[in-house]
Amino acid sequence: MDEILRGLQHALHLLTNDAEAWRVIGLSLAISGGSVAIAAAIGVPLGVFVALRSFPGRRFVIALLNVGMGLPPVVIGLLVYILLSRAGPLGFLGLLFSPGAMVIAQVAIVAPIIAGLTLSAVSEQDRGVQLTARSLGATRLQVVWAILSEARFAMGAAVVAGFGRAISEVGAVMLVGGNIAHHTRVMTTAIVLETRQGDFDLAIALGIVLLLTSLLINFALTYLQQGRRPE
Amino acid sequence: MPGPRSALRPIYLMALLPMAATILGCPNEAPAPSPGAGTDLILATTTSTYDSGLLDELLPPFEAEWGGTLKVMAVGTGQALELGRRGDADVLMVHAPSLEKAFVQEGYGVERVGLMYNDFVIVGPEADPANVADAAGATEALRRIAEAEATFVSRGDNSGTHAKEKTIWEALAREPEGEWYLSAGSNMSSVLRMASEKDGYTLSDRSTYLAQDGLELKVLCEGDPILHNPYAVIAVDPGKNPNANTAGAQALIEYLLSARGQGIIESYGTERFGQPLFYLLDEE
Repeated sequence: MDEILRGLQHALHLLTNDAEAWRVIGLSLAISGGSVAIAAAIGVPLGVFVALRSFPGRRFVIALLNVGMGLPPVVIGLLVYILLSRAGPLGFLGLLFSPGAMVIAQVAIVAPIIAGLTLSAVSEQDRGVQLTARSLGATRLQVVWAILSEARFAMGAAVVAGFGRAISEVGAVMLVGGNIAHHTRVMTTAIVLETRQGDFDLAIALGIVLLLTSLLINFALTYLQQGRRPE
Repeated sequence: MPGPRSALRPIYLMALLPMAATILGCPNEAPAPSPGAGTDLILATTTSTYDSGLLDELLPPFEAEWGGTLKVMAVGTGQALELGRRGDADVLMVHAPSLEKAFVQEGYGVERVGLMYNDFVIVGPEADPANVADAAGATEALRRIAEAEATFVSRGDNSGTHAKEKTIWEALAREPEGEWYLSAGSNMSSVLRMASEKDGYTLSDRSTYLAQDGLELKVLCEGDPILHNPYAVIAVDPGKNPNANTAGAQALIEYLLSARGQGIIESYGTERFGQPLFYLLDEE
């Protein structure tokens, strides 16, 4: 118990005085933020498109998205590793063990999640809004706009959920990033390394920040989900 | 309806029996109890002995004879010593003499027992941009790498290999820093793979380097006395950690030093690599 209290004390000290801790935190936020921005740019339009349009193979795409949402991140890490390895098809890019590789892996993990959640958010609004809007004489474009604006909170929630997944991911970023200090060491991989070495101070400090981040994310999610409800 | 399903049930139960026996430890099946075999024995070992495949040959005969459950945790030497300090391991196989001596002096280990040795090598890309192959020794080799700012991947995990690397930097009175110096915080095989991917240099024990397939790395510096790499085993002192399985630890150490254990160490690797990966201490 003593150790935990002492660790907490040191952790707070680190958070107020140590540049190293903040460098790791900054890198974490930058990589996950970048990944989620890209994943949202892919996932949101894809989710909206699949929700609103009917096309051949739509069921198959939906099934793919569902599979993608549930893929174990470490398997994605393995795939990205093999692709980017020197011996692999994309080896010429020289991206393995770089932040770029981590972004690729996280986009592959997060994009299906954002697309899938967007898809269900938009589908949920679709029927009711469509009928109302049509009965009021709206054009096709106006109907789509009405659906999207009704679903905007839920789509925001999808993106936030994706960020939560990205920032807390360990296995894939450890594999493809390599946990290199100042380059690819993020909060989760630093916690693994420091805990293994018995250096709990930094591990606890980063743990606290990670917890606070995930609390914030959950508040944001709750707020977005409440915002969707009629007052 | 008690149909075919209930007829199958006894078969299921029989299939479960050996499983239950394993889970419960099945005390009635074991022959005369060996010292310490009643509780699990946890060996925290440096990654090189594990990654090189030595432990896969060395440990099964001991386990069979001893009769208990041996759990191997392959971590860096620094982590292994930390596990010993906290009483999370019973016996350690490590290779950083200065750290080991401190560990025993602080009362965490019973005694440092020399086990075997091999050597470190500096490996790097065939093109050798820092011209390490011509360097007079390991110290000069690292100086050239730093001067050329050629990529160097460091273990960065407080392992025995990392300790050796730091000793050499200290000899150079140089703090390695910059974009070229990558602190990986990973085990030896990952670091070798990373060096290979990044066209970089690294310091490795010879055994792990030889045991890794598909590396685009060459041995560029070897034979310097500073690259000597002795391995030791240490039983965790029950004085500091009363729950340590000291009897089991002593049994393992006795086995490792026995003719049988030493014979396996001496011959391991000759078949696959054309040279042994570890040498016995008395041959020194």
